[in-house]
Amino acid sequence: MDIGINLERIGAILERDMRKFFRSPALMVSSMVFPLMQLIVLGYAFGGKIKNIHVALVDEDRGAESRTLRENLKSIEAGPKTFYVSDYSSVPDAVTDLRAGFVRAVIHIPHDYSRRVLQHDRPRIAFIEDNTDNFVTSQLYERVQQLAASLNAPLIAGRLPAAIDMQVVEVYPYIEYIKYLLSGSIAMSIFIVAMIGGGIVFIDDKARGLHEGYLVTPIRKAELVLGLNLAGALKGVMAGLTITLIGGLIAGIDRLWEPLRLFYLLLVLSAASLAMISFMFLVMVRVTDPLVPRAIFGVLNTLLFFPSGAIYPSEGFPVWLKWISVVDPFTYAVHALKNLLLKNTGFEGIYFDVFVLLGFSVLLMSACIALFQRQI
Amino acid sequence: MNAIEVHKLTKRFGDFTAVNEVSFTVAEGEIFGLLGPNGAGKTTLIRMLTTLTPPTSGAARVGGHDIVHDADGVRHAIGVIPQALTSDPELTARENVLIHAKLYGVEKSRRASLTTELLAAVDLESFSNQLVRTFSGGMRRRLEIARGLVHSPRILFLDEPTTGLDPVSRTNVWEMIDRLQKRSGLTILLTTHYMDEADKLCERIAIVDHGKLVALDTPARLKDSIPGADVVEAEFANLPSGTPAWREWLEQLRQLPQAAQVSEQDGSVHITSHSGPETVAALMDRARARGISVKRVTVQGTTLDDVFLHYTGRQLRDALQAGPRLDVTHLYK
Repeated sequence: MDIGINLERIGAILERDMRKFFRSPALMVSSMVFPLMQLIVLGYAFGGKIKNIHVALVDEDRGAESRTLRENLKSIEAGPKTFYVSDYSSVPDAVTDLRAGFVRAVIHIPHDYSRRVLQHDRPRIAFIEDNTDNFVTSQLYERVQQLAASLNAPLIAGRLPAAIDMQVVEVYPYIEYIKYLLSGSIAMSIFIVAMIGGGIVFIDDKARGLHEGYLVTPIRKAELVLGLNLAGALKGVMAGLTITLIGGLIAGIDRLWEPLRLFYLLLVLSAASLAMISFMFLVMVRVTDPLVPRAIFGVLNTLLFFPSGAIYPSEGFPVWLKWISVVDPFTYAVHALKNLLLKNTGFEGIYFDVFVLLGFSVLLMSACIALFQRQI
Repeated sequence: MNAIEVHKLTKRFGDFTAVNEVSFTVAEGEIFGLLGPNGAGKTTLIRMLTTLTPPTSGAARVGGHDIVHDADGVRHAIGVIPQALTSDPELTARENVLIHAKLYGVEKSRRASLTTELLAAVDLESFSNQLVRTFSGGMRRRLEIARGLVHSPRILFLDEPTTGLDPVSRTNVWEMIDRLQKRSGLTILLTTHYMDEADKLCERIAIVDHGKLVALDTPARLKDSIPGADVVEAEFANLPSGTPAWREWLEQLRQLPQAAQVSEQDGSVHITSHSGPETVAALMDRARARGISVKRVTVQGTTLDDVFLHYTGRQLRDALQAGPRLDVTHLYK
């Protein structure tokens, strides 16, 4: 059946692009260095538990119960090291240092604390916090709540527990942030290849007149678009697979080398690469100014990467951002990669994402072919 | 049979008319030149004929195929070397030609040998495996000519084939075009703004200005069509300008055979003549008879520049190239 597509011509465009890619190490390196750097720096910067927060302690009581409290604070200082305390003589002094940023919180034990504890007269401790840093505040607050709970616990536990106890079962081992971030870094490497190969190089070639040399041949625009897209997708798969393997080793992904898992990874990478390169071509199909892809690189990166759930779960997004994530190919790539890398799911964990990505590709490539200008 | 037939071809970009009802034909095996300055509409015209740009109105057939209704037929029949260097710098010369062979559907069994033959034909055989980014402008242009011939087209379009090349590369490209045409009987349509290029290569020349075709003929006939276009310039050793003798001598020069106009400039005399050699011979005879010593005499023949000036009322704006002035003083001493 003559469907008007000559595979040999598509192959010629594919061959041309791949030869150029292998002779341009800058593209290969830039598509891999940035995502790896991001994975390592962000993965380790965000992944660690916050420790050694400086807390001011103003003990105006100095009684038996405040000593117990102080011992509990010291045990945290020696154990989990969430914070360390420095003694202050007055609350105003401590608050002044809090405002100046020398301490992150102030614990105030009032002068009648021990007496109220012993008299069961609503004893209170003040926890004054610097709430400009949510990460530090939440860590401190969690620890102080634990401390309060231990102080409120009865000395002798009842034979039958009165409170409802929730048993938490974790399905997967603890996931370090670097592992969580890996899927985003892989998608990012594909995006960079699409941006440079499908955007910058495509427009540069157009501006240098190289396309004119191909447009005078009998090649059809569908063949040209398909050839360029397939070449871009192939480059994306190569970059994505490299980051998957190197990043997987750095992040410590278990059983990465299982053949079936690698096959599924390759499937997701192929679908994601095709979708992203098609997206990029559609954005660039009518662009002629070489400055445009360079100018919108950052915008597209922000608009596609952050709403994808790569670094923060999309459940926390406002509605408008959720809609961006719905139409963002990154979202499905990141979701499928997380399923494979963090949960080692089978096909059931990726088929929907692969289907959506391939659907995206068909839709976007059709639009590219329709909009591509065969004539100058 | 005509290889190219153009009838009232027009291209407008908004209010601007780039090509205005141009009509001409090119015979099979002919080298046809479109001569005009930058912006004259040559490239737009060639882009329409090579199906890169759709015409606004008019019609054209290239290799027997209509450029609008049978664009694919046209693309198979022609080889195109666009004005910009379009070979891929990151590929080798051989790869560039091979990829085009695939795009044109050249049989797999013939591709390798054909590529070798074509690279040899353009003197790039020994550079076939070098990356094109290492090539000079002239080498790239030659490679692109080889690439344009990969599917053995009957018609070759060359858009300003030597623009930006050094004189040696230009001469090489000219020789190559001439050789290829003689060997394969190709029909060649080239655009240029170089007078000498059009004069040397083309059998017929169409002068294009402001999108219009203003003259079309062989270079010789175009030159002959201009009256009084030879310029004789002479200086005299023992005749100070401004003197009564000088003025009398100028009157005598105005009587010279074939002289159309005589003027004085910085102590030398300029004579516009219908026949430079005839005027010079008479000038030397009369100078000898009057005992006037001729210090220098030059004859500048009619150039395509004069033709362009004659038909358009101005000189080529950015490619002003006067023809070589021939000092003939010694011949008459």
